[in-house]
Amino acid sequence: MSGALPVPAPAVFPETAPFWEATARGKLLLSRCEDCGAVIWYPRPLCPACGRPRVSWVEASGRGSVYSFTVVHRNAVDGYREAVPYVVAYVELEEGPRVLTNIVGCDPEAVTIGMPVSATFDDTGHGSALFRFRPA
Amino acid sequence: MSIRGAAFIAGAFEHPRREIPDRSTYQIHAEVAAGALADAGLSVSDVDGYFCDSSAGFGPLSMVDYLGLHCTHVDSTETGGSSYVVHVGHAAEAIAAGKCRVALITMAGRPRSAATARRPPTEPSPDAVFEGLWGMSGAVTGYALAAQRHMHEFGTTSAQLAEVKVAASLHARHNPNAFLPKAVTVDEVLDSPMISSPLHRQDCCVVTDGGGAVVVVSPEVARQLERTTVKVLGHGETVKHAEAGRLDLTYTGAVVSGPRAFEEAGVTPSDVDYASIYDSFTITVIETLEDLGFCEKGEGGRFVLDGTLVAPAGRLPFNTDGGGLCNNHPSNRGGMTRIVEAVRQLRGEAHPAVQVPDCAIGVVHGTGGSIGTRMGSSTLLLGREDA
Repeated sequence: MSGALPVPAPAVFPETAPFWEATARGKLLLSRCEDCGAVIWYPRPLCPACGRPRVSWVEASGRGSVYSFTVVHRNAVDGYREAVPYVVAYVELEEGPRVLTNIVGCDPEAVTIGMPVSATFDDTGHGSALFRFRPA
Repeated sequence: MSIRGAAFIAGAFEHPRREIPDRSTYQIHAEVAAGALADAGLSVSDVDGYFCDSSAGFGPLSMVDYLGLHCTHVDSTETGGSSYVVHVGHAAEAIAAGKCRVALITMAGRPRSAATARRPPTEPSPDAVFEGLWGMSGAVTGYALAAQRHMHEFGTTSAQLAEVKVAASLHARHNPNAFLPKAVTVDEVLDSPMISSPLHRQDCCVVTDGGGAVVVVSPEVARQLERTTVKVLGHGETVKHAEAGRLDLTYTGAVVSGPRAFEEAGVTPSDVDYASIYDSFTITVIETLEDLGFCEKGEGGRFVLDGTLVAPAGRLPFNTDGGGLCNNHPSNRGGMTRIVEAVRQLRGEAHPAVQVPDCAIGVVHGTGGSIGTRMGSSTLLLGREDA
């Protein structure tokens, strides 16, 4: 667990089940197009870069850097309302995609754009884990 | 086919109230429809085209029935707060193609009094699964992410963002219906509570009930009306999205919709006398001004200094009703009220204190969804040429 943040379970679609099952094992998977090589986020079974349907899973390194962030001081989201202040961020993965996430494991005011981070996984209790990032 | 001159806005109406606990959303739709039709000198029986977003019931069907319309053209394109700017463009296209002659566009909502009429979908959208679990709080989180990145890349400051709110508040003083009618200073914006850094409370738009409507008609109908009409000169629309995970937070869909609208209208940003810019947040205005070509990318923060946006004397008077930041943001969607104020300006009917002298060309820009994920963008050029 990372601090007081809630760990909501995702809605799992058939085509994203492998992704969420992997999170429960502490792995972050990415969709990669076998034809044009594009690494795709969010995961989907066709390539929005070239339109072809041959997409496979590759494991991400889990390393990246902060593309942008905000320290949330007020909100109305159940579970998060009481957790302020916390950090919502886009992390740019080494593989390219920018993913929405939280930065945990440090003072919210210490987060900066460009900060190196690595993935951490919080168990949802429903066969999946929520990926978050902490300073590397 | 161009829509330039193919259609005219003949009626415009903004609901005067900002908190409406005693009405259904559908009743508000009906009230603004009546208001806009009365403004045009038309009646419900004249309407043969109807446009609304997806929150008005079952697409367009519910309100067409409720209002007793008989339509040969309907459209419920949903692009969030930019929907109504899109609808004006689509209405002009439909009129140009002979599909209808009198198009009614309505919007309404009551986020201040009640949950919006929109029901949650039975299945989340595919993007929502990968964006909804980390405490994104409404729209402000996404716009805060954009503001932070814009500051990082271009040196934009919170004080520059605050200038947008200050200009809107100076205009709102003259609007008796404005939700926040008091002028504020840069320091007051910066001293307001931080909501989601770097955005303060006063960087955020108001939450209000209400609605608005416009009536778009053919040139033949427009010529028969006594009321001054406003010419539709050009329109552009797009959806800007995350590009499979390469979202760039520093620009908006206006980079696509803007040039198309200006080209169709045959005008340039330097020809614009008045700008209605969707102002969900102060950063929304900064990025949109850059993307529409009023200044270079990254220069928006410096562009708004020195009263650029303040009517009537600023270089680019904007949102003279007080905008979403101070006047009204009905249903958490600001596109309609941006159109209505542009029509007031081009008819010479804005408040005298903020009426732009000799106002001949107006631009309206609508934004929907979130700059932090995916957004609908639509630009409309309007001209002071009565039919």
